[in-house]
Amino acid sequence: MIDIRALEFAYPDSGFRLDIPSFALRDGEKLAVIGPSGSGKTTLLNLVSGIIRPQRGEVRVAGTDIGTLSDAHRRAFRIRNVGFVFQDFELLDYLDVLDNILHPYRITGALRLDRTVRARARQLADDLGVGDKLARHPSHLSQGERQRVAICRALLPQPRLLLADEATGNLDPHNKGRILDLLFNSVDARAATLLAVTHDHELLARFERVVDFADFQSDFRAEVGADARADIRADSPADSERPLAT
Amino acid sequence: MIDSLYVAWRYLRYHWGRSLTLVVCVTLIAVLPLALELLLDESKRQLLARAETTPLVVGAKGSSLDLVMNSLYFGDSVPEPISMAAVDRIADTDLALPVPLYVRFKARGLPIVGTNLDYFDFRGLKIQAGRNLALLGECVLGARAAEALGLGPGDALLSSPETLFDLAGVYPMKMRVVGVLAPTQSADDLAVFVDLKTAWVIQGLVHGHQDLGAVTDPTLVMERTDGNLTATAKLVQYTEITPENINSFHLHGSPADYPITAILALPHDKKSAALLRGRYVAAGDQGEPQQILVPADVIAGLLASIFRIKSVLDAVILVVGTATVLALVLVLALSLRLRAGEIATIFKLGCSRATIARLLGAEIAIILAAAALLTGLLLAVVGHHDEALVRALFIR
Repeated sequence: MIDIRALEFAYPDSGFRLDIPSFALRDGEKLAVIGPSGSGKTTLLNLVSGIIRPQRGEVRVAGTDIGTLSDAHRRAFRIRNVGFVFQDFELLDYLDVLDNILHPYRITGALRLDRTVRARARQLADDLGVGDKLARHPSHLSQGERQRVAICRALLPQPRLLLADEATGNLDPHNKGRILDLLFNSVDARAATLLAVTHDHELLARFERVVDFADFQSDFRAEVGADARADIRADSPADSERPLAT
Repeated sequence: MIDSLYVAWRYLRYHWGRSLTLVVCVTLIAVLPLALELLLDESKRQLLARAETTPLVVGAKGSSLDLVMNSLYFGDSVPEPISMAAVDRIADTDLALPVPLYVRFKARGLPIVGTNLDYFDFRGLKIQAGRNLALLGECVLGARAAEALGLGPGDALLSSPETLFDLAGVYPMKMRVVGVLAPTQSADDLAVFVDLKTAWVIQGLVHGHQDLGAVTDPTLVMERTDGNLTATAKLVQYTEITPENINSFHLHGSPADYPITAILALPHDKKSAALLRGRYVAAGDQGEPQQILVPADVIAGLLASIFRIKSVLDAVILVVGTATVLALVLVLALSLRLRAGEIATIFKLGCSRATIARLLGAEIAIILAAAALLTGLLLAVVGHHDEALVRALFIR
């Protein structure tokens, strides 16, 4: 499903640099990515989803090198194939829950909004425990409820690849298990692939494979600048003893 | 596009305060010049229509505009009075029919027009309900006056005192409403018509009181000399004319000395009009205290001034409108910066830049459409009430 080769990415005017010589994720595989803050986990998801382009190297998703696509084609590809649960939910306050879930259908020509989609959205909201809050605005929801709405939005188009950036980070233990079950069931039902970033080590056992950005035995390496390294050390003392750059 | 409109509508509805402010700003920019144009057109129509059908006005020298506005539109500014002798003077020339007007008093805010039956014939006023003036103390209401006062034939109407603090001033008089005029879409609709003598009764010049010859109460008589009685303030003066007391009403002195505010001079033909004007102009060089006016000329001068002012107003509105539009553009530009996070989100969700532009365009379109709707409604209201608004704002 995902095949990355000789990928290099750096944000302009920052010390951050992500360097992935080689990385692959099979169809239907469920992979968790862990690592200290600022190590490039979210950047990896943005690159895989096509939100940003690598400066060098290849990012192939379902056989398509998305780095070579035009903006419009990359967008269309993402809408059709990739679901993304963002770290900070990215819900729109002026839309109610149902409209937030349906929003990708309203703003892109690649998806068609019809009765079936609406019914599926309601069912999905019920499954995730926000079915009774469809008319509410995100500002009137708890953190956990907002996160579940974000997951609904990502799952609704039934993507082949689901990217989850701390998808269960704000949930209580009961809902955490429930949401993860739903994510896994949804992925299994469509034989989709799951790439999830998490800080929650309790959940790692449920994934088929785990990649640690701070682990040099992992499939790729991450380079961070001196400033970021300091942050990481402050955030994660255990990791600070290990060199972060190669 | 429908989805863009829907999302834009949800955004505007959620931020309703901000949206409403924008709609009101845009509406005001549009409504002000258009409503002003509408009202000025209507005022021009009203002023000109009445002025062009009134050939000549004679009154005291002074403000020609006040004289015309008072005698044609029953305006609040009362010109210096002239005497009834001026009516006889015009009648004696045999050049025009003089129609006297005494427009000084009010009844519940509406002008009381003292005149004679020639006025009704000249203006083509028809009685819609009841009958025309016949007796002292009667009044006939214009159509809108009757509607505004809620009165009809058989009801009574009190004239308003000129001032509450002058004990010797004009007292309220109870008038009987005997008729209501058919609507004319003119100043006549909002007037209370009385006979000239009734107007003088209101002023106290014609009055009725107890028969002094028959009084026996010594406190009613201040002085008794040969053939003359001077009454005290205790004497009852009638403030309502009834069949029982109507015969006690009388005037002192010569009717030729009684006041009026203007005369509508209705010449028999153009030549008569020119001759009559010529006589007043010629007399003007010899200290003539009265003036003769062609109302259409006075109103044309007034309109020229109004439209000069309007062009200045248009320029002011243009500048204010431009400044407001620029401010709105700035607000929109700043709101884009404030909404950078939201725009980034929908971009991440797969929205193209064109779609983002379409969403913003839809928001602007909805605001403009709402403003256009509101502008249309306000203009419809102004258009519906333009006649009354013109009378309230411009023609008093």
